[in-house]
Amino acid sequence: MSMPMVHARAVRKSFGPLEVLKGIDLTVERGEVVVILGPSGSGKSTFLRCVNQLETIEGGAIHVDGELIGFRASGGRVHHLGDRDITRQRREIGMVFQQFNLFPHFTVVQNIMEAPVGVRRESRAKARARALALLERVGLADKTNSYPRQLSGGQQQRVAIARALAMEPKLMLFDEPTSALDPELVGEVLATMKGLANDGLTMIVVTHEVGFAREVADRVVFMDGGVIVESGPPSEVLDNPQNPRTRAFLSKVL
Amino acid sequence: MTATERHSPPDIDVAGAARTRHPLRWVASIILLILAAQLVNLLITNPNFKWDVVARYFNAQVIGAGIITTLYLTVIAMAVGVIGGVLVAMGRLSQNPIARIVSGLYVWFFRGTPVLVQLVLWYNLSALMPRISFGIPFGPEFLTADTNQLITPLLAAILGLGLNEAAYMAEIIRGGLMSVDPGQTEAASALGMSRGRTFRRIILPQAMRFIVPPTGSQVISMLKATSLVSVIALADLLYTVQAIYNRTFQTIPLLIVACVWYLVITSVLYVGQSFIERHYARGATRNAPQSFWSFLLFRRRQAAPAPTREETPS
Repeated sequence: MSMPMVHARAVRKSFGPLEVLKGIDLTVERGEVVVILGPSGSGKSTFLRCVNQLETIEGGAIHVDGELIGFRASGGRVHHLGDRDITRQRREIGMVFQQFNLFPHFTVVQNIMEAPVGVRRESRAKARARALALLERVGLADKTNSYPRQLSGGQQQRVAIARALAMEPKLMLFDEPTSALDPELVGEVLATMKGLANDGLTMIVVTHEVGFAREVADRVVFMDGGVIVESGPPSEVLDNPQNPRTRAFLSKVL
Repeated sequence: MTATERHSPPDIDVAGAARTRHPLRWVASIILLILAAQLVNLLITNPNFKWDVVARYFNAQVIGAGIITTLYLTVIAMAVGVIGGVLVAMGRLSQNPIARIVSGLYVWFFRGTPVLVQLVLWYNLSALMPRISFGIPFGPEFLTADTNQLITPLLAAILGLGLNEAAYMAEIIRGGLMSVDPGQTEAASALGMSRGRTFRRIILPQAMRFIVPPTGSQVISMLKATSLVSVIALADLLYTVQAIYNRTFQTIPLLIVACVWYLVITSVLYVGQSFIERHYARGATRNAPQSFWSFLLFRRRQAAPAPTREETPS
């Protein structure tokens, strides 16, 4: 068996006295789509942010593609990585946020080109060509020179997805990508994500969209109170939940 | 027959409604016009204005030299203020508690004492330290200088105005940087951008929108504040006209010369500021930038129609 894309073991994280992650064990295989469900405050977004080092974990370890994330083990001791190495590790991991977080002072195409040109030192011509191809893929080829504020929420989120894909990440993290959208705009974003899943991208998706989980996920993970309560194929976790907390949650959202 | 049809209201069209009268507006307007007419009359008929004297001195070479000193001092002191302000703002936002405390004390002191007092203090620095030396702290000195020779009126003016300005600029810059959504930093980090690049490309351009307008007013304030340096015998615009009317006793006409020149320069600065503001408003509104001419004519921009549902494919 090849090395998993994400290997998290006993991951712990606290904010002050509040322990948000109480030992998370999760393995994501290459090409796998994992959907994390759970009530708010269950720690699912925090876990996602830990994978991308927007939060620093306080215990356990996360490996992405075999590389220890955020730390370096040498001489029997573990050291925090410096900014340069953290930055390098993040380039391999794409992230899509609930609030889109597009750069409002750049046009759509500039948003997508910024990291390839500025971080990977690609030529502008090459970066632009790929940006236009990505816009085509998310169905926004006609919005190339618009500013984010001129777009609807669903369009902005699709630009944000294209922006993350421009760095050719080996792993994509989606942090409640449709939670800030009007109901009629959710579908276009989910359709884009489904396309990525079909193309074989490894994805971890935190969402409340149970329908998306059922249709697209290879595995559904249910989190509550900082621990993984239940995990398995969507047919098992969604249709025949074993844990009472999973059942209680699903009865509310379905 | 339904209830609404039986009790339908009388047939009225509001299109022909008479305008509401505002008698108080008329009264206020007439009073203001009378006051304005009196002022114009005063300006024209009062011989003490001595408009011929104003005209004679308006283009005088010595006044020009004073204006150049005023402008030069504004630019240098403002540059000191901006650079110092960036450093102090960085200190205020630093992770290092000592840097936070030191920069906080700096702002507290320089904003809490009058700039006129600071100017005079710098001017009299030699009374505090007769000699200034550079070297290893508490160790050997490499370079020493006589304070009186080092701190010329010009340097005292630059230090006094610039260091004071740095305290105000620090607060403006800090406020601008903090007004940028933290999600912007997160998005840049998630794309693998370094801290420096995130600051330069993402945070600073967005913060500029909040930094530029107050900085523009600071420049205009600075231009006027430079007139304080006349107390330390630096020949700026005000000091120059004072020197003339001390000889000729034409106090009012020469002060008018200074006022008009200050107004001319601040007006030019105001127009420049508006253009810089529009540059940094990119992407902040749904509207296209206003054109140069419509700006000059102070025309209100037309509201762009809100995006319609047709634009959003589902």
